[in-house]
Amino acid sequence: MAGPMGTDIPRWANVVVLPIVNLIAAFLVSGLVVLIIGENPLEVVQILIWGAFGFEEAIGYTLFYATNFIFTGLAVSIAFHCMLFNIGGEGQAYIGGLGITLVGLHFGFLPPIVLIPLCVIGAALFGAAWAFIPAYLQAKRGSHIVITTIMFNFIASSVMVYLLVNVLIQPGSMQPESREFGEAAIPFVHEALAWLGVEFAESPWNLSFLWALVCCVLVWGYVWHTRWGYEMRTVGTSPTAAAYAGISETKSIIVTMCISGALAGFLGLNEIMGYHHRLLLHFSGGYGFVGIAVALMGRSHPVGVCLAAILFGALYQGGAELSFEIPTITRELVIVIQGLVIIFAGALEFMFKPQVEAVFRWFMPRRSAAAPAE
Amino acid sequence: MAPAIKLVGIDKSFGAVHANKDINLNVSAGSVHGIIGENGAGKSTLMSILYGFYKADAGDIFVNGEKLNIHASQDAIDAGIGMVHQHFMLVDTFSVLENIILGAEGGALLRKGVDKAREELNRLEREYELEVDIDALIGDLPVGLQQRVEILKALYRGAQILVLDEPTGVLTPQEADHLFRILNALKDQGKTIILITHKLREIMAITDAVSVMRQGEMVAHRETAKTSTEELAELMVGRKVLLRVEKGEASPAHAVLEVENLTATDKSGVVRVKGVSFNVRAGEIVGIAGVSGNGQSDLLAALSGITKVTGGKILINGKPFVGGPPQGAADVRHMGLAHVPEDRQRMGLVIPFEAWECSILGYHNEDECCRGPVIDRPKVIQESLRKMEAFDVRPQDPNLVTGNFSGGNQQKIVLAREIDRDPDILLVGQPTRGVDIGAIEFIHKRLIEMRDAGKAVLLVSVELDEIMSLSDRILVMFDGHIVGEIPASEANERILGLMMAGINPDDDEEAA
Repeated sequence: MAGPMGTDIPRWANVVVLPIVNLIAAFLVSGLVVLIIGENPLEVVQILIWGAFGFEEAIGYTLFYATNFIFTGLAVSIAFHCMLFNIGGEGQAYIGGLGITLVGLHFGFLPPIVLIPLCVIGAALFGAAWAFIPAYLQAKRGSHIVITTIMFNFIASSVMVYLLVNVLIQPGSMQPESREFGEAAIPFVHEALAWLGVEFAESPWNLSFLWALVCCVLVWGYVWHTRWGYEMRTVGTSPTAAAYAGISETKSIIVTMCISGALAGFLGLNEIMGYHHRLLLHFSGGYGFVGIAVALMGRSHPVGVCLAAILFGALYQGGAELSFEIPTITRELVIVIQGLVIIFAGALEFMFKPQVEAVFRWFMPRRSAAAPAE
Repeated sequence: MAPAIKLVGIDKSFGAVHANKDINLNVSAGSVHGIIGENGAGKSTLMSILYGFYKADAGDIFVNGEKLNIHASQDAIDAGIGMVHQHFMLVDTFSVLENIILGAEGGALLRKGVDKAREELNRLEREYELEVDIDALIGDLPVGLQQRVEILKALYRGAQILVLDEPTGVLTPQEADHLFRILNALKDQGKTIILITHKLREIMAITDAVSVMRQGEMVAHRETAKTSTEELAELMVGRKVLLRVEKGEASPAHAVLEVENLTATDKSGVVRVKGVSFNVRAGEIVGIAGVSGNGQSDLLAALSGITKVTGGKILINGKPFVGGPPQGAADVRHMGLAHVPEDRQRMGLVIPFEAWECSILGYHNEDECCRGPVIDRPKVIQESLRKMEAFDVRPQDPNLVTGNFSGGNQQKIVLAREIDRDPDILLVGQPTRGVDIGAIEFIHKRLIEMRDAGKAVLLVSVELDEIMSLSDRILVMFDGHIVGEIPASEANERILGLMMAGINPDDDEEAA
């Protein structure tokens, strides 16, 4: 039964049109804010776009940020498919960075070709382990995953402060940072391009971007083409049907959350191995939280996540450029604009659904030989 | 006298679905008027428009000759229309009295409203044979009484026109008879009653006039006295239908499903199946009758491995089986048992999945669906298409989202999946709930074919007609026990009805 509110509009309308409408709404409201502080919204948009895509370095930065968002966006997305709201991407990313650091510091003597994969595994294992505990508590004890993952963000933060101040700090340094471990560095894109003889401006954009794209493909395959993904989606959509089919809800929850944690943990590949080359406080910088908005906007689909990640990367980079070019638009105001995008794309994602559907119905010829009333 | 309700040219579409097409209806005051039609014919939509849940795209509503603009339920209530929904709108933890005054409390302080309500309710109860303990909690009342509360609620609000949506779905035949007596009493007091149902028997038993809906259209109006069940069935479906199931003698062989002293609990740990023993032999259909909620669902869950057996024994093909999550439901399939669950929407199918995905639910780990961990999509889709052809699923589109199939076609998807595996034992729960007559015919035929192919079928249904026409033996469940077993040839509605209410029919005969 389609139900009385069954929609007959094409699926792509909801998937493609709705996010675009949301985005436009966010920019219109942002434009009003810009008007209120007395600047020209059109000029602001121009600078924002130029700052994000206008020159090679800008593109590099945009895609560097986008890499972070792809990892955390995928992490939130895959959990959504199991109807789990993983708010702990931030903590899982942070702890994943610890995994990289421990491998990087202890096995620095290995050649990069061995060391880098080891670090990737370290990031995945530590991120997964941090997600495993809330997953176990949810699956076995019914502790709500939203609550536990939020709490685990705080625990992760405190643990990392302790470790950086007391254990991992570089001897003799006042900075709560680990020693550099450049041996485990992922090459920058401009370096890689230089090997190929192509010149590209220097930026933190590094090859973990490629790994992020690979992860998109892997997640897509896992969710829609494996029987594990099938079981996960069944548990997420209808736990009673899962029980009927003999699918273990416990197993699905735990496995999904571990994958989610591992994906979040990869954030460290980009930030630590790709850029800082050392562990530092708060390197996860809120990307885990923005990942939620990326996943919502990307409709939990890897392609959508990629596009949303690039959008948010552009907002980060273009926003930084904007506050540099127009001093009255402060960093805080840029965050307001980002917040508006998150609100319209995330929290209010279905607000314009009735209107969009109405427009579609208007343009679609009514099938006069109507289907049986149902 | 102006008709109590007059609908003129009511039209309503949901997107491309034209749920009500230019409907005209006259309901004479002081009559019982039946509206009959298959699931999805648009009956409920029409009544929802009358009660203000939906707004019609076109058309007018006249109540007692006056044109009415109904924007919300309150407008309908003010016009004297009361509605008794199929799924009761009651708060379980409130008392009967509290439920009835809900929305009509009469001021900020309850006291005055409560006293007034108590007086009024006592009067209503006396007048209409609607006895209910008004201080009892709703959750403690059986469904038959909950329904009376719904009727009282409507009357308390001054309803002159009462709309009942599928009122007998949850009642035993005796309870249904009592309901009809109440409705007759209401009619004698001058109330108008609209009865929505898909059961022809009820229409014939109680209504004065009947209107038939099919695919969103009003196809006929008849005086009940001048029509017959055959004519109504034909009008509903649009072609001649076989109301009786044709089947030969059963030739049962050895027992393939044996249950000894089985106990089982529900999710919250309450014992629902209290030591039942029976067996099902190859080549027979055993029906389990009973008012829903007497342990049938929990029996099915235990037999199909969804819940763990807490006591007693299940033997499947001679092998003991315990079950329990998560592996039980997967194991039982390998032992040769297939299960068509009672609730296809929540259990048998995953509604947002595409049909081909649902066609492997429960069998998704089998080798023929997968290459390693990867689901062999082209092959599964092809297989799904084949099953859809074999079971006449319409539309024949494996990529269509399951929720977009009609109830009957959804059920066929489940049946196709379960029967296609050629199981030795088939558990079937409410196979035709919410399924249109054409599909019912088809499903019944398939179950009989299973039997004739030497399979064991265990059928659980609250539809007595279905149990009686399909089964070779009938077991009756009441309060977690099997209270009786009779061959289908000796069963009739009265005997089964008494057993379903927990009364031994032999005792009753002596008393009478």
